[in-house]
Amino acid sequence: MTLFDMNTFFKLSFVFIPLLFIIGFYCIIITHNLIRVLVGLELIIKAVTLLLVVVGYTTNHTVLMQSYIITLIIIEVVVIAVAAGIVVNVAKQTGSLDTRNLRTLKG
Amino acid sequence: MLSLFILIPFFILILINLFFSKAVKKLTFWIAAVLFLFQALIVIFKPIEFWSGKLPSIEKLFPFSLYIDNLALVMLLSIGIIAFISLIVGQNTINDGTKRFNFINVLVLANIGMNGIVLVKDIFSLYVFLEITAVSSFILISLNRDMEALEGAFKYLILSSVATVMMLTSIALLVMYVGDTSYETIGTFFKNQQFIPFFILVAVSAFVGGLFIKGGLFPFHGWLPDAYSSAPSSVSVFLAGIVTKITGIYTLMRLIISVFGFSPTLQNLLLIVGALSILFGAFSALGQKDFKRMLAYSSISQMGYIIISLGTGTPLGIAGAVFHFFNHAIFKSQLFINSAALEEQTGTRNMDELGGLQSKMPVTSATSLIAFLSTAGIPPLAGFWSKLIIIIALWNSNHKIYALIAILAGVITLAYFLSMNHRVFFGILLEKLENIKEAKPGILFPAVLLTIITILVGLFFPFILNTFILPVQSILG
Amino acid sequence: MKTYFILLLLMAICSLWAVMRGSLIRAAIALAATSAVLSIIMFKLVSPLAAVFELSVCAGLITVIFMSTISLAQPLTYSEMIERSKARIKRFWFLPLILVIFAFLLTLLAANLNPPLIAPETEKNISKVLWDIRQLDVFGQILILFTGIFGVIVFFGNFDKQGGTK
Repeated sequence: MTLFDMNTFFKLSFVFIPLLFIIGFYCIIITHNLIRVLVGLELIIKAVTLLLVVVGYTTNHTVLMQSYIITLIIIEVVVIAVAAGIVVNVAKQTGSLDTRNLRTLKG
Repeated sequence: MLSLFILIPFFILILINLFFSKAVKKLTFWIAAVLFLFQALIVIFKPIEFWSGKLPSIEKLFPFSLYIDNLALVMLLSIGIIAFISLIVGQNTINDGTKRFNFINVLVLANIGMNGIVLVKDIFSLYVFLEITAVSSFILISLNRDMEALEGAFKYLILSSVATVMMLTSIALLVMYVGDTSYETIGTFFKNQQFIPFFILVAVSAFVGGLFIKGGLFPFHGWLPDAYSSAPSSVSVFLAGIVTKITGIYTLMRLIISVFGFSPTLQNLLLIVGALSILFGAFSALGQKDFKRMLAYSSISQMGYIIISLGTGTPLGIAGAVFHFFNHAIFKSQLFINSAALEEQTGTRNMDELGGLQSKMPVTSATSLIAFLSTAGIPPLAGFWSKLIIIIALWNSNHKIYALIAILAGVITLAYFLSMNHRVFFGILLEKLENIKEAKPGILFPAVLLTIITILVGLFFPFILNTFILPVQSILG
Repeated sequence: MKTYFILLLLMAICSLWAVMRGSLIRAAIALAATSAVLSIIMFKLVSPLAAVFELSVCAGLITVIFMSTISLAQPLTYSEMIERSKARIKRFWFLPLILVIFAFLLTLLAANLNPPLIAPETEKNISKVLWDIRQLDVFGQILILFTGIFGVIVFFGNFDKQGGTK
């Protein structure tokens, strides 16, 4: 059933998945735009989904992992929808999407 | 039997929303109140053996794998009480009918989520219920859709989602080695493991880090004061009283006790993070002007006590942590109710603009005095006993420096609460506050109720210790 | 092996595109592309059902949510956007650099890394796993969808009557 050489496959995933995480986190930390914060959030969720798939494939638990991923995707949609609701309300009230307008409360 | 904790609220929710007539809409409050009160009462009167029993007809339809022990029982009790209190405060502070209806519905959903968190025995199901609770709390915080609340909710949403991604990473890595996500399998894996592989180390630290974010502990506390202070008052009661503690602190307790096990490194981490949270929270609370923000920082400090007590890893320490968890849920909710009363009557939370309210709001003043004495650990109130257990546990397990920090922070707690009380309730009555009246009975009732609980728990401490607190130790076995 | 490498590279490039791109709509499209590449990877790694979900929900529904958010939020005009993107590119050009450094470090680390042992698959039937073993999760999905509905009611219900209190 092995499509690939498992060792190389594992190492490739080990290099690439952290890179995806870094892209997402960098986006969340650096950006000034609310919607782009959500894009960054989506990217780290994508990275963790890929991790789940890779783990499922390497350990031969693809069926269990698929059931996890389906649940994860449903939850992801709801979280993004709620976040989008917040962003739309913020934009309606301030007329901008800049996170720097959100500093009325201090840490 | 246990699945009823999830199924009954769910079916009630469906019933409320299916028969969407005006009569049912008015009854919603009473239905939810009975639901929460029922949960709190039935947990007190029925032992674990009763809950572990099976109901074949329901079990066949919904074969959920759930599990209960003494720790979970205390948590279910706290959830029931605080949800009930928050519901009453919401009924009396939210004026818009539709908004109140939505509030009650989302509150019931958050209640289901937290019952799930307490009862599950599988990390992935834990993640699912954590998200249900978290999403409900984002909605609750931004119920009024004002700018501050939206901002607090957005910060909470981003940090909480980062935390759950960390947990999912950890779940994936654990499955890679263990092949399953149930507490039992992973627990046995950790027990039998002599040498811990690199990925497992990453997994444990990611999970614990995620829970630190969820619980708002020291280096990751950024969202907590914003979310607490910007939320509507009834939601602040709910968030500070129970949501953060169940999603962050209880989950941490449960995972460390039944899954990861105590290792010296983990214990040191808990002790250090706990001590830093205690000190940071107490010192930040000293400098706050906003009543709710001060309570939020005080929450960080009190959660530090729970974590530091868990860090001892001894049965007594865990009993102390659970007891302080319960006490803190009670008195911190009460202080948030008092802040709601103040805000309703005076229209401000800034303590500099208040003063001498003792004569105008005697009940609020008295109840908040008792709550803060309990927080600071003055005998014979409930908070004294839990702090005493924590300090004894720290001393006995040879963490004497941490015991000293805990005592010292108690003094700082007393200092900031005295200064708060001095500014708000004592002193000269400001001119513009001449016409202030005492809050509505609907807000005073929950405050008085919680005060009575605080005093009773303090007075009947030996009884409480033997029936509720000491049995918690058995979960270590 | 080559296909997998190319797909991973493609996914990284798509997500980098989503981050670096100035226009929000382009970023949302790049995000959808990332999802699409991910779902191809899922097909390759024998997870067809998850791949279908990923493709329809993440590449489809979430992109729709993003697009409607962008249009409802009415971001900057075109000329403002050009100005902004010049300023923001300064903050973002570190990202490729960081990625190259980390890729190098991770490759060094990966050299002495062994995959864990492959366990035998216990259950082959996905519907059986979902409905018998993971039933609580499915129930949780229903609950969170319910929560999402209330979220939509709270955030989008009668917008004009009671905007904000400020």
